[in-house]
Amino acid sequence: MLESKIPSGPIEQKWEKSRFDMKLVNPANRRKHSVIIVGSGLAGAAAAASLGQQGYQVHCFSFHDSPRRAHSIAAQGGINAAKNYRNDGDSIFRLFYDTVKGGDFRAREANVYRLAQISVNIIDQCVAQGVPFAREYGGLLDTRSFGGVQVSRTFYARGQTGQQLLLGAYQALEEQVGCGSVMMHTRSEMLDLVVVNGRARGIITRDLVTGAIESHCADVVVLATGGYSNVFYLSTNAKASNTSAIWRAHRRGALFGNPCFTQIHPTCIPVSNENQSKLTLMSESLRNDGRVWVPKKKGDNRPPGQIPEDERDYYLERRYPSFGNLVPRDVASRNAKEVCDEGRGVGPGGQGVYLDFADAIQRLGEAVVREKYGNLFDMYEEITGENAYKVPMRIFPAVHYTMGGLWVDYQLMSTIPGLFVAGEANFSDHGANRLGASALMQGLADGYFILPYTLPNYIASSSLEKVDTSHPAFAAARVDVNKRVAKLVGIKGKRTVDSIHRELGKMMWENCGMARSAASLESNLERIPALREEFWNNVNIIGTGEEYNQSLEKAGRVADFLELAELICVDALQRAESCGGHFRVESQTPDGEAKRDDEHFSYASAWEWKGEGAQWELHKEPLAFEYVHLTQRSYK
Amino acid sequence: MKLTLKVWRQQDAKSAGKFVTYKVQNVTPDMSFLEMLDLLNENLQNQGQAPIAFEHDCREGICGSCGFLINGVAHGGHRGTTVCQLSMRFFKDGDSLTLEPWRAKAFPVLRDLAVDRSAFDRIIQAGGYITAPTGGAPDANAILVPKDSAERAFDAAACIGCGACVAACPNAAAMLFTAAKITHLNSLPQGQPQRDQRTLDMVAAMSEEVFGSCTNHGECEAVCPKKIPIEFIGRMNRDLIHATLHHRGK
Repeated sequence: MLESKIPSGPIEQKWEKSRFDMKLVNPANRRKHSVIIVGSGLAGAAAAASLGQQGYQVHCFSFHDSPRRAHSIAAQGGINAAKNYRNDGDSIFRLFYDTVKGGDFRAREANVYRLAQISVNIIDQCVAQGVPFAREYGGLLDTRSFGGVQVSRTFYARGQTGQQLLLGAYQALEEQVGCGSVMMHTRSEMLDLVVVNGRARGIITRDLVTGAIESHCADVVVLATGGYSNVFYLSTNAKASNTSAIWRAHRRGALFGNPCFTQIHPTCIPVSNENQSKLTLMSESLRNDGRVWVPKKKGDNRPPGQIPEDERDYYLERRYPSFGNLVPRDVASRNAKEVCDEGRGVGPGGQGVYLDFADAIQRLGEAVVREKYGNLFDMYEEITGENAYKVPMRIFPAVHYTMGGLWVDYQLMSTIPGLFVAGEANFSDHGANRLGASALMQGLADGYFILPYTLPNYIASSSLEKVDTSHPAFAAARVDVNKRVAKLVGIKGKRTVDSIHRELGKMMWENCGMARSAASLESNLERIPALREEFWNNVNIIGTGEEYNQSLEKAGRVADFLELAELICVDALQRAESCGGHFRVESQTPDGEAKRDDEHFSYASAWEWKGEGAQWELHKEPLAFEYVHLTQRSYK
Repeated sequence: MKLTLKVWRQQDAKSAGKFVTYKVQNVTPDMSFLEMLDLLNENLQNQGQAPIAFEHDCREGICGSCGFLINGVAHGGHRGTTVCQLSMRFFKDGDSLTLEPWRAKAFPVLRDLAVDRSAFDRIIQAGGYITAPTGGAPDANAILVPKDSAERAFDAAACIGCGACVAACPNAAAMLFTAAKITHLNSLPQGQPQRDQRTLDMVAAMSEEVFGSCTNHGECEAVCPKKIPIEFIGRMNRDLIHATLHHRGK
C-alpha cells in the first residue's frame, strides 16, 4: 500500500533524475486542466501562483477573508538556505545532515536532500519578488544562526520573516487572480473531499457568509491547510487553524503519517488566566543571551531579585554543560516541565521558568540587548505588563508545530491518487522534530518547486475521465455535508463548543504533551470517546447553517479534533520509544534523556481509517539511512 | 472588573443594525480585549443568544484579521496595537465602551463587527506585485539592495491590511494602505521596471473601489498598528505625478 516512489541513484541526483523522467503537459493543453488548491499559506499560495503562471486553471480556496491572513504570516525567525554566502562551511549536504539528525532520524532521506537542494532557489525567487530581507551595508543579504546548527544560514526580515514571505507569495497569487488564471474563493471552507473511481476529483465547501454548500470539480486536488496544533486548544497557532481538510481526506482514504509527532516550543509566554485563548511565542533567538533558571528550593515565592545566586538552579547549564541554554527545542521543553513538576516553577500556578537577561545586560549593556531583542521585550511587556530589562522573563513551553500530517510519497501525493498534500499538512520532511527556520523553507519548496513538476506529471500520465459536479459522488458528499451541518445545529445542548475544546486540550496537554506514558495514553483513549459522545449530545450551537455562524465553523473543526486526538494517542501508544518531540517516559536513558529504539521503530507510521467505531490499521514505511549514520543525540 | 459594552449588532449586509448593551463581569487585567469578548460570547451562548461576530485569527497582531472601533477609535487607540493584543489592564472597573465595525462604503458590514475588506485584495491585484514567474530568478546576491532602501521597503511592507487606516480616515481613504505597498515595491531595484505602471494602476483601482482621497488629517498614521508613516502617501503622490507625466509623454 505504501509506495514511497523514491527515485533510484545517488541521493544528489535523485531529484534531477526524477524531474527528467516526469511527463509534461503541452503549454497549449494546460488550459484544459484544472487544479483545486485548498489553503493559501506559503505552500498553497506558492503552488497556486506557480501553476497559474504555467497556464493551468487554478481554483484556490481559503476560509479567511483574504489569502494574506494564512498562519504562515506569524512565523518570526527566518528561513534556512544552504547558500554558504558566509563562507563558513555550509553546503547542501550539511543542511540535509542537520535536518535528518535534528529530526531524530525519523524522516525520509531522499525528501530531506531535495529540500536542502531547493532551499537555494527559494531565496532567489523571494528576492526577485521583492521580499525585503535584512541586508548588509554593501547591499548583500544578511544571515544569522539558529538553534541546533553551527553555520549562519538563516535569512530573515526582522522578526517578521513569515509575514514577508507570505506577502511575496500572496502578491504573486493576486497577480494571477488579476489576470484570470487563478480563481480565488475566499471565506470558503472545505468540508469534504470527493473521490470518483478511486481518484480525488473535487471538494465540497461551505460559503462562510451565506452558508451555501457548494461542489467544485477538478483534475487534481492539493491540500495545503497547515498543522493541527490546536487539538491542544492552547497553542501558538492561530485560532482558526484546524485539521478538518486533512481529516476529511483521511476519512476518504488518505493515510495519516506520524500523527503523534508534535513540537513543543520552549520559549512562550506562560498561561496567565483561565480564559486564555492562545499562547504567544517568543523567538528562540532569546536563548542566545538569556539564562534559564528556577529556584533550588520548592515553593520559593520570593521575587527573583531577592533569590541569591547560590539558591538558583541554572538547570540547562548544569545538565548540558556543552550546549547550555542552546539545547534543541524538545530538550529545553522537557527540562522546563521537569523542574515545574518538582514544584520549582515560578509565576502564577508554578507553570513557568525564568529567562534572565541580567548577565547579558551587565556584559553588553542595555542598549545592545535592546538593539538585538527590543521588539521581543516590547511584545513581552505589552502582554504581561512586565519590563524584562528589570525582571527576568517568565517562559513556558507551548505546542507550536505538527511534524505529522497526511502521508505522501516522494511526489507529495497521498495514498489517494490525485490528492497532493503540501507544507505542514503533510508528514514529509521533519521527522520527529523540526529545526528552527525550516518550516518556511519546506512550505515554499513544496509550493514553488515540487508541485509544479509533480502535478503536471500526474495529469500527463493518468487517463482522467470526464467528470463534473453532477456526478453521483458529488451529490453523495453534499448529502453527507448537509446532514452533518444539520446535525450540529440541531443538537441544542448545554455546552459551548469552546468549553468542550478546552477540556479536550487539557486532556491532550496533560496526557499526550511533553511526556507520554502507556498509562496516560490509555487513560486518554478511554476519555476521548466519552468527550466526543458528550459533544455530539450536548453541544449548543446558536443559529442556523444558512448564515454567517462562527460557532458552527468552530464546531465542525472541534468535531474533527475529537477524532484526530484519539489517533494521536493511538500512534503515541504504539511508538514505545522516545524520539524528537515524542517522549515516552518508559524509554529513557539512566540520566533521563530520550532513548530511541531503532531496532523496532525505524519507520514512519501511516494509519488507515477503517470506518466509524473501528480501529485504525497501521501501515509502516521502513526508513533506511544510507547517508547519515544513526546516532543517539547527545548535548551533554 | 465590570464593564458595560454597547455593541453594534447586525444580522447581515442587508439588515439594519443597532446597538445592544451588555454587561460583562469577572474581567481580569491579564485578559486581552478579545478574550474579554470571548467571555461575553460564552455567557451569551449559555443564555441562548447569538454570540457577537468579530474577526480574529493569529491573536498576535500580525494576520490583520481583527479590528473594530472602541469608543470611536480604531483598535482602541493604544499606539501600535491591534485589538487582539490590547490588554484589559488599560481599562478600569465600570468603564463603558462602544464597539462598532469599520465604517466605510468600501467595507460593507457582513455581520456585527465583521466587514468585507476584499477591496484591498483588488488593489493588490491591480499592481501590488513584482512580476517574477517562479524559476527564472537570478542568484539572490546578484541584486544589490542598499540597506536604507531595504529598511524603507520593510517599514512599508509591515502593513497587515487590517483596514484601520480606512476606518479612521474622515474620507474613508485607502491611501495609507496603497501607499505602503507602492513604497515597498518602488523602493527596491527589483520593483523599478514596473514602477510607473504599478503606481498608475493601483491608484486607479483604489478610486474604483469607492475609497475617498487624502486630505492630510493624519488619523490613519495615528491608528496604524504597524506605525506606518503618512510620509509614504507623499511618496506615492510623487511617484504618481512622475508616472502620469511620463505616461503622457509616451
